Amino acid sequence: MTSRDDILASIQANLPQVDRPLPVVPLFDNNAPASLLSTFKPSLERMGGIFLDPPDSGDPLAPVRAKIASAKIVCSMVPEIAGNRDIAGVGAPQDLADVDLAIVRASFAVAETGSVLLTETDLSINALAYLAQHLIVLLDPADIAVNLHHAYRRPEFRDRHYASFHTGPSATADIEGVLIHGAQGVRSLSVLPIARTP
Amino acid sequence: MSISPEQLLDNSMLHPEVLAGEDAYGIYRNGHRLDHAEGASKPLRSRPEPQPRGAKVHGNRPVNQAEAAGRFIAAPEHEKMHDERLWDLRQKRDREMHHIPEWEELRALASAIKEHTLTHLDEYLDQFETRARANGIHVHWARDAAEHNRIVHGILSDHGAKSLIKSKSMLTEECGFRAYMASVGIEVVETDLGERIQQLDKEDPSHVVVPAVHKLRTDVANVFANTIGTDPDNSDVHYLAEAQREATRPLILAADAGMTGGNFVVAETGTFVVCTNEGNADLSANVPKLHIASIGIEKIIPRLEHLAVLVRLLSRSALGSPMTQYTSHFRGPRAGGEMHVVLVDNGRSERLGLEEFWTSLKCIRCGACMNTCPVYRRSGGLSYGATYSGPIGLIIDPTFNARKYSNLPFASSLNGSCTNVCPVKINIHEQIYAWRRELVKRHDVPLVKKAAMKAAGELLSRPIAYRAAIASADVALAHLPRFVIYNGLNAWGKHREVPHPPKQTFHSWYKANRGGKQ
Ligand code: SF4
Repeated sequence: MTSRDDILASIQANLPQVDRPLPVVPLFDNNAPASLLSTFKPSLERMGGIFLDPPDSGDPLAPVRAKIASAKIVCSMVPEIAGNRDIAGVGAPQDLADVDLAIVRASFAVAETGSVLLTETDLSINALAYLAQHLIVLLDPADIAVNLHHAYRRPEFRDRHYASFHTGPSATADIEGVLIHGAQGVRSLSVLPIARTP
Repeated sequence: MSISPEQLLDNSMLHPEVLAGEDAYGIYRNGHRLDHAEGASKPLRSRPEPQPRGAKVHGNRPVNQAEAAGRFIAAPEHEKMHDERLWDLRQKRDREMHHIPEWEELRALASAIKEHTLTHLDEYLDQFETRARANGIHVHWARDAAEHNRIVHGILSDHGAKSLIKSKSMLTEECGFRAYMASVGIEVVETDLGERIQQLDKEDPSHVVVPAVHKLRTDVANVFANTIGTDPDNSDVHYLAEAQREATRPLILAADAGMTGGNFVVAETGTFVVCTNEGNADLSANVPKLHIASIGIEKIIPRLEHLAVLVRLLSRSALGSPMTQYTSHFRGPRAGGEMHVVLVDNGRSERLGLEEFWTSLKCIRCGACMNTCPVYRRSGGLSYGATYSGPIGLIIDPTFNARKYSNLPFASSLNGSCTNVCPVKINIHEQIYAWRRELVKRHDVPLVKKAAMKAAGELLSRPIAYRAAIASADVALAHLPRFVIYNGLNAWGKHREVPHPPKQTFHSWYKANRGGKQ
């Protein structure tokens, strides 16, 4: 017998003889806030993310440009802003190790937790979101789900091979509980709300 | 080569929080102190004290947890930090619970989802395998630890891989994976900071979520000074974490293969989900071409909608944070990459047939039961001498080896706190008690313990008497823990004082506040 058949046979021989129906999971959205963006912002900040307030007038990307100014190597996956490292020319994920700042657009966000979802389509090379020192995420305020129950109904979880919720930057508290940002992945994560350019 | 603090601070891309200096232990945003993923609300400044080591394990001989716990308690700085830090996590978990009005409903759903899946485990595993294969994932099955290690070795050999970066996984600890890989000449690098500290110190993880929680910063400074060349006199936590990042990054970039575990597996989509705070699983999975995931067969759930319930509970129960920083869903290999999943039994299918213990397979390894357990907090995870420590370990470990772990079910005051915090509603303290009875039947228990548990058994077998016995704070400690812990028969009581009594027991609070509505 193969191990597979062995294991399945052992499971069948040991299945508890009790009836346990599958429960129906509600969406828990009775108290959905009027503005998802204003719920998302404090949730993100609580998890260590930086919310970039868009300027009242002038260049809506000004907060991003301010951050780019101090970075040497910038890799942009969004048409709104140009970087100086073309991802199309990057052969292997390892070649992204010297990127200071990466700019991507989130597929969507979750108000409850302050998370943004990044998939292989948003990243082009998945490692970009972990090897770069800092990450800036553009988010269309129309793309915010109220909670995780709604989030998991989105198509990304069925048609992408990789989809990751980022809830703030890489963090650890493994030494005496002291909170550190930038454990292994990005040292900071900033989110700028800005509508998708059609 | 040693890295000086000046060299590190010279790095122009260093986060400003790191540059802020000695006293900047807290991170602030808009005037609020951040404590996500954190383990203590206040900085702890420890005095140096040698680190107590874990239980002495001799083959199949029963592990003497009490002896190792005694040594941990005899190191007051370690014991205090450990106790306070884990209690802080427990309190943060309570805070999160109160934020979510549907908390109890989520726990009930999580329990029902897991019990349904476990009673249909064969069907869901089959469905997962079909979907995962259709997505391009190679699926393997391993009956036990040895087969798991052989399979992974085989995959690595096929690719000529000599080095592996991995993220933390209790299953691979269970399989003795690193020792096996060392024996076949493959270098394994742990990428989780806590797990890396443990690897460099040649110790097992002491906790399922925070593997180095039993160490003081000075212990870490010692380990790093001896292994990655940091300044032995500098135990600044930011400096140590940064030094580890710098030391590990080249190993990550050069690795031939990556390995992760899996927190959840979704049958309907063929997806597995990995939750971390450091993003180290995503590096392990996305930097090398080859990604291998080792996953216990009990991690499966039917559909994506069930994932929402479990993800909402996991990090809140573990660290008191709404979500892990990274929750990553792998449904297939990336372009140009290769993905393997190894589904591991290693005793799980047999555990399914144990009438009193099968629901322990619902466990999502959040660690909440450990954080709340007075015995665990005072004795350190390594005192258990087993892969799984704390309350859930007391149930799982004897299923691996009833003789070796025959003392463990006695490392509990049976106060039921573990059961109250468990997000999937495992009746942990009742199962611990059931093990004691079982071990007595098998004659695996020393005589003194039999007498102690006979008295406990009489009380526990009558819930009303049990609740009456712990109805007030004085009685709670005068009665149950006192006679369980200080009866002179239980070795565990020799070294310790019991924690402060709660003002009100959970049951009396529940009766007063929620008793009416069920
Ligand atoms: S038994 Fe429950 S509380 Fe303990 S680790 Fe498992 S899920 Fe968490």
